[in-house]
Amino acid sequence: MIATPAVHEPARRLMAGWVKPLLFLASLGPLAWLVWGAVNDGLGANPAEALIRSTGDWTLRFLCLTLAITPLRQFSGWHWLARLRRMLGLFTFAYGCLHFLSFAWLDMGLDLSAIVRDIIKRPFILVGSAALLTMLPLAATSFDRAIKALGARRWQVLHRLIYATALLAVLHFFWMRSAKNDFAEVAVYAAVIAALLGWRLWWRWKSVSGRARRLA
Amino acid sequence: MPSEITSQEVYANRRQWMQGVGLGVGLGLSALAPGLAVAQPAPPPKGKALPGARSSVPGANTVEKATAWGDITTYNNFYEFGTDKGDPLRNAGALKIRPWTVAIEGEVKKPGNLDIETLLKLAPMEERIYRLRCVEGWSMVIPWVGFSLAELIKRVEPTGNARYLQFVTLADPAQMPGLSSSVLDWPYLEGLRMDEAVHPLTMLAFGLYGHVMPNQNGAPLRLVVPWKYGFKSGKSLVKIRFVEKQPKTSWELAAPSEYGFYSNVNPQVDHPRWSQATERRIGEDGLFAKKRSTLMFNGYEPQVGQLYAGMDLKKFY
Repeated sequence: MIATPAVHEPARRLMAGWVKPLLFLASLGPLAWLVWGAVNDGLGANPAEALIRSTGDWTLRFLCLTLAITPLRQFSGWHWLARLRRMLGLFTFAYGCLHFLSFAWLDMGLDLSAIVRDIIKRPFILVGSAALLTMLPLAATSFDRAIKALGARRWQVLHRLIYATALLAVLHFFWMRSAKNDFAEVAVYAAVIAALLGWRLWWRWKSVSGRARRLA
Repeated sequence: MPSEITSQEVYANRRQWMQGVGLGVGLGLSALAPGLAVAQPAPPPKGKALPGARSSVPGANTVEKATAWGDITTYNNFYEFGTDKGDPLRNAGALKIRPWTVAIEGEVKKPGNLDIETLLKLAPMEERIYRLRCVEGWSMVIPWVGFSLAELIKRVEPTGNARYLQFVTLADPAQMPGLSSSVLDWPYLEGLRMDEAVHPLTMLAFGLYGHVMPNQNGAPLRLVVPWKYGFKSGKSLVKIRFVEKQPKTSWELAAPSEYGFYSNVNPQVDHPRWSQATERRIGEDGLFAKKRSTLMFNGYEPQVGQLYAGMDLKKFY
């Protein structure tokens, strides 16, 4: 997308001045809230479980936010939104790491062999770990020099890996809840992610068929 | 009463290490946390008093620290009110616990309906401090008030055919929002073999911490079988059926490969999806502490081990 600078200059100034730093602070909110809760005994009877679950929930939420940027940009024409995507993606990764760390530390006592055994024993943890791993190359190539080094096209292809992350994350959540047959919350995330990925397919189909029509 | 004092100690201890962790993790965030040093008192037990005398049943008085009332009454699995641990507290408040009767059916000489007031007077109330181990991997220490289920069994005079007991718990869609979900088939069913049911440790509980049972913990009366995973201890009982054949239980019907009829606490037999070797004691084991080892029969092996002599507990899980 090529933005027309004249039209978007005020929006971009607004974004640079306010939106990005505010979003950064807001994204730290859940972490601050969890630390506050842990310190003040506000996480209920089983704080370890609360920390593991909340960090997982927030990873999924940030994943949805990250995936929402492109459809929102295409829908609204606010191209400056793209500037927020990297930060949201990195927060997704950060909350994912905290989620894994809370599991490994609070649940497994950082006992490496116990962690490995648990990953083998519980497929949903394997799937969750895989989801985290798919984000690793994305986080590692998130800075400007990496984009230049890879070339925009290759970088973009690599970063489509986030679609795999999304599918694995939902499967991880679904599998974890399957013991209780309790899928209401899973369904909400699955629907949001399906809509966000579905939009991309539709957008692509629209632009391809539009081009085909122009060529005919 | 002594148990109250214990609970406050536990609470205070936990707050101490929590604050320690907080100092480590959150020095930078301390500006955000002015309430850090303000200790909140442990919530004292609420409701009507229901005192119990110290029990003389062997094994019924663990010396471990009792879990705080605030934890016991806010962190519950009671799926009839919802699957979230906080749902029972949120949704069980309006549960109507009077009038209440328990139907006695099947292989007994004296079947019929027992009124809750009659049940309360069936035997002297005792306080028993039991470990509770949940199949999910956490545990508590709970000062229950009640008496041995054997007191009831002896009064209804089981026939020679009564080899098992089936327990049926309340399933009233008007009062229990969780029944609309398909987690389990309702009503919730549990069962015990006769020798397990008459074991003195098996308890009908009407209260905890010297007070009448809170609704979210299974008011007005529930079963407590301390050497089995918590789900074996049915809450809000409405019917006890004496039967000849091993009865089906809800979890067995829902996931036969994961939950067996016996469901004895056993660190050597893992749940198909997680280890049962360790547990986290609620309110005691710090966030970063290693989980404690789970004991065979939840530590009640001296009292109940002989019930399972010669049985393959891997097969009869």
